Amino acid sequence: MKKLLFVSILMLSAFFTMAQSAKYNAAMTGNLAAIDSSFKNPANLLSLANNFERIATAEKSQWLPYYYAAYLQVMYGMMLEDKSGCDAIAEKATALISKADSLSPKNSEISAIKSMIATCHMLVNPMQRYMEYGMEASSLLEQAKTEDPNNPRPYFLIGQTLRYTPENFGGGCQSASEQLQIAMTKFKAFQPASALHPNWGMQRAQMLLDECKK
Amino acid sequence: MKFLITVLLSSFLFPVFGQINLKGKITDNKNKPLPGASVSLKNSYDGATSDSLGNFSFSTTEKGAQIVEITLMGYGAVSRPVSIGNEAISLNISLKELITELNAVTITAGSFEASDKKKGTVLSSLDIVTTASANGDITGALKTLPGTQQVGESEGLFVRGGTATESKIFIDGNLVNNFFYSSLPGLATRGRFNPFLFKGTVFSAGGYSALYGQALSAALILESNDLPERTEADLSLSVLGIGGGIQKLAKDKKSSWGISYNYTNLALAFAVIKQKQDFYKTPTYHQGDANFRIKTKHGGFLKYYGYASWNQTALRSPDIDSTSLQNSFGIENLNTYQNLNWKENFGRGWKFNTGISFSTNKDQIENELQDADYNKQVFTSPSGYAFKNFDLVNKAWYGQARIVLEKRLGGLNAVRFGADHFYSNEKSSYTLYTGAKYNETVEDNLTAAFAETDFYITKDIAAKLGGRLEHSTLMDKWNIAPRASLAYKFKDNSQASFAYGIFYQNPERKYLPAPTGQLDFAKASHYILQYQRLNNQRTFRTELFYKQYDQLFKTLPNSNGREVATNNNGNGYARGIELFWRDKKSLKDVDYWISYSYLDTKRDYLNFPGSMRPSFAAKHTASFVVKKFVLPWKTGFNASYNFATGRPYYQLKYDNSQAKYVVADAGETINYNNLSFSLNYLPNLGKTNKKTFLVWVLSVSNVLGQNQVYGYNYAGIANRKEAITPPSKRFVYLGCFLSFGIDRTQDAINNNL
Repeated sequence: MKKLLFVSILMLSAFFTMAQSAKYNAAMTGNLAAIDSSFKNPANLLSLANNFERIATAEKSQWLPYYYAAYLQVMYGMMLEDKSGCDAIAEKATALISKADSLSPKNSEISAIKSMIATCHMLVNPMQRYMEYGMEASSLLEQAKTEDPNNPRPYFLIGQTLRYTPENFGGGCQSASEQLQIAMTKFKAFQPASALHPNWGMQRAQMLLDECKK
Repeated sequence: MKFLITVLLSSFLFPVFGQINLKGKITDNKNKPLPGASVSLKNSYDGATSDSLGNFSFSTTEKGAQIVEITLMGYGAVSRPVSIGNEAISLNISLKELITELNAVTITAGSFEASDKKKGTVLSSLDIVTTASANGDITGALKTLPGTQQVGESEGLFVRGGTATESKIFIDGNLVNNFFYSSLPGLATRGRFNPFLFKGTVFSAGGYSALYGQALSAALILESNDLPERTEADLSLSVLGIGGGIQKLAKDKKSSWGISYNYTNLALAFAVIKQKQDFYKTPTYHQGDANFRIKTKHGGFLKYYGYASWNQTALRSPDIDSTSLQNSFGIENLNTYQNLNWKENFGRGWKFNTGISFSTNKDQIENELQDADYNKQVFTSPSGYAFKNFDLVNKAWYGQARIVLEKRLGGLNAVRFGADHFYSNEKSSYTLYTGAKYNETVEDNLTAAFAETDFYITKDIAAKLGGRLEHSTLMDKWNIAPRASLAYKFKDNSQASFAYGIFYQNPERKYLPAPTGQLDFAKASHYILQYQRLNNQRTFRTELFYKQYDQLFKTLPNSNGREVATNNNGNGYARGIELFWRDKKSLKDVDYWISYSYLDTKRDYLNFPGSMRPSFAAKHTASFVVKKFVLPWKTGFNASYNFATGRPYYQLKYDNSQAKYVVADAGETINYNNLSFSLNYLPNLGKTNKKTFLVWVLSVSNVLGQNQVYGYNYAGIANRKEAITPPSKRFVYLGCFLSFGIDRTQDAINNNL
């Protein structure tokens, strides 16, 4: 009898964990699938960000939902017409990514998001803020490169910034394409650790490259 | 047992059993729907985001006592307990908007702020160095703003009918004495401090905070930089001298230190640009500074800045009272300044800011009359000429300690209070032509306590109320100065502010020591009304002000013939209207501003025989500043035009029979016009990954060579007057700045995007 009880409890707890992780996987997969289509409407980005945040706060020990919540918040900020709202959104994203960072330190993907947050702060007033946030963004991307040399996203983000920097200042298509080509090579070789791990940017990198070819 | 296990298992196997719907609407306190609010059931995945009509709806399998949490940026979070049974739940929740720096009104009456971080500022730090007529001097840039006078014969800021000594300058809260290099006769000296040392500048032309005192007219509040972005070294080379420095940022980016040294010698410039005076010792300056900055655990800062400079100059010009004699004036100055400041957050909304500063200043002045061969003329009996042979040594020590505590009371409401103590010891030793020495010491302990509160009634109405209590041992007097300001934000985001305050000030050192009797503080009352509209890269503001002066110091000659403060019977007023318009948008890549000031002021002070318009006050003053960066040429072009109508001048003579001063002669100067031009060329612009960055600067003052007359000097003995004019018609500056280790190209790009 005691043995049976013991086995049952063991089974139960295993089942509980499985159920819990099945629930987590399902929720994450569902929300991840919705990301691509949500870029058309910023309000959807925010709603998805909130979904990930709820998963993150309920789970507490998973860095990925915090990561996606921060990523979607910062993308939402960058798509705002009125960039003066970026500061508040960037602060929110910082709070989320810091939690991801403490769960998974020295993570190249997290450093890439941090650089996007710095860029978001900069966009509020690029003229005056470059020294602080522009520098921070580029040093975070360098950090992301060293943390994982195979991660294509830092190269993609550098290429994207260069694409929108005037040629007079070392930007433009030519220098952007160099970086985007590196990114594409790395995208093609990149294997995410699981279906839930970050694996975005390739499509947009290709789009920017194509724009430059025209 | 088996039964129990089955029950337990089934409860996990059928989690979808009994889903309950929660829906509702999120609104603000005016019942306006709020989209984007996150609604979540605590500790579950369940929740939703409110749509454009504020509606939300979601299902959950959770049961029993639960908590629904609603969060939205800019609004206070709400937690609502719910009990989930078998029926759908409907929740309508209203959120309260938070008052934040982003949406709240700001109190701006009387002040201009230059900052890169805060919203609603009119100038950026870079504006100070790219204003053509500023010549890289902080106060030079402020002279293109409304409220300031185009005074060129002496240094300092003459604000709204106030003298230069009525404007005080503070670095990180501590008063800076000798902010400018020591005065030279008929010349304005520059500020000692590099504008790049400061990240924020607040210039208040009146109605400033109770945290500051001892300035009847204006306060210039400078905030020093935090950590540098990177380790860098820089070098500068110009027609005026050379300099170099290093800023080292620690690997962990928590601390930094820096040193710099500058050597200035005007020999080359004066050889090319002929000066009116004969500078037989060309102005030479050695200047060094050092700093360290440490970021503390809780986001506070410990900052040290130390400065020392030595300089000398001597110049000769024809003596005003004679046709053959020369007046020679020589000065040697040694100045040191140390400032240690600590800002810390205590948590629970408590902050403190404490600082100590210490400074010394020593001037050695020699004045003598010389003949055509530059031999000193020796006098044995008293005469107007004899008094022109003198030596003067001024030595001063200043020390200050200050503490300010701040408590945040929810939203932006805050209370600030604190105290400061300022010690000054100023010794002078005057040697008469006879060799007789007169030593005088003036010592003062000025103690102040102050309190202030920021009070937001709604996000559209704010008030700042404060008071300051001071005691000076010099006069053994107390004063209490109330300060109040109010601001209201209109629907279109423009705002109106009003400021009121009483300000007190001690007599100037040069009118001390007072003979006998009781002196009191000089007093000014300010009333300022402002309207400001800031939108879309355009700024408009206008201010009406009235300032009442009471208890101004009156002077009389003492037994040595020197003017000393004798009583507080003076008074005066200043009133006017000011306009400011800045537009970065209408013309592509062109940024310009226009300021205009109308000033009506009269005062009876010092040796004035009655109420008169002082010689530093022009009725109309205007400035036009324009900046344009031409990308393909990698060059910025800056120009400014400063204009002021004529200023009065007087010859005041002491009439022994009436035992008072009388106006013996008076007039008004011609209008003042100055077109300045400057150019910044950045050859390395656009070269990526450049480790060195170069900036060339060329600036020309008074491009058109217009006649500028600042006033007149009267001969003491002969019956003649002489115009006070700049030492040369035009001045040209050419320099280059080189920095290593940091790519400033990106900085320049983004400053001009």
